[in-house]
Amino acid sequence: MIRSELVAIVAEQNPHLTVRDVEAIVTTIFDEIADALAEGRRVELRGFGAFSTRAREARTGRNPRTGTAVEVDAKRVPYFKPGKELREKLNA
Amino acid sequence: MASKASAGSVTRADLADAVHREIGLSRTESAQLVEAVLDRICDALIAGSNVKISSFGSFVLRNKGLRVGRNPKTGVEVPIEPRTVLTFRPSQLLREAINRG
Repeated sequence: MIRSELVAIVAEQNPHLTVRDVEAIVTTIFDEIADALAEGRRVELRGFGAFSTRAREARTGRNPRTGTAVEVDAKRVPYFKPGKELREKLNA
Repeated sequence: MASKASAGSVTRADLADAVHREIGLSRTESAQLVEAVLDRICDALIAGSNVKISSFGSFVLRNKGLRVGRNPKTGVEVPIEPRTVLTFRPSQLLREAINRG
């Protein structure tokens, strides 16, 4: 399922809203999650899962094509841990 | 969005509040829509399809085969049954947003 399909399903179930409204709602939800993560905050959605960020240390990487060593800076990466309820439903 | 309190986790209520502010729907309806969006994502995953939210990331299902695990406390071998696990692959945009500034 892609974003536009998600929007279409939710719009279909909410006939008083336009596809454009639902598009804006979906955008708002994911922007809010992204903004929170950028601020270093955790997003906890019970039953669904939790988004957080994890620190990665600086390392020396290699350009896979040329083999040249390149310094990779320390960074934070987004992480998602699925909630218990969802994990169980995936294996029901 | 800069006026947000930095303490505590962001929850469904905060997402609903953002929808209420940005879209202007009532708080009740905003909460219902946040729930609907999350539920439809769960439905798709439970039905076995991956979910790709452009500019945010993809929720990807992976099938794990049977393997032998060990109880770390007792050392007893236990079979770990084949199962489906959910992973999240953040988009390049989200990765960059998190490391900006």
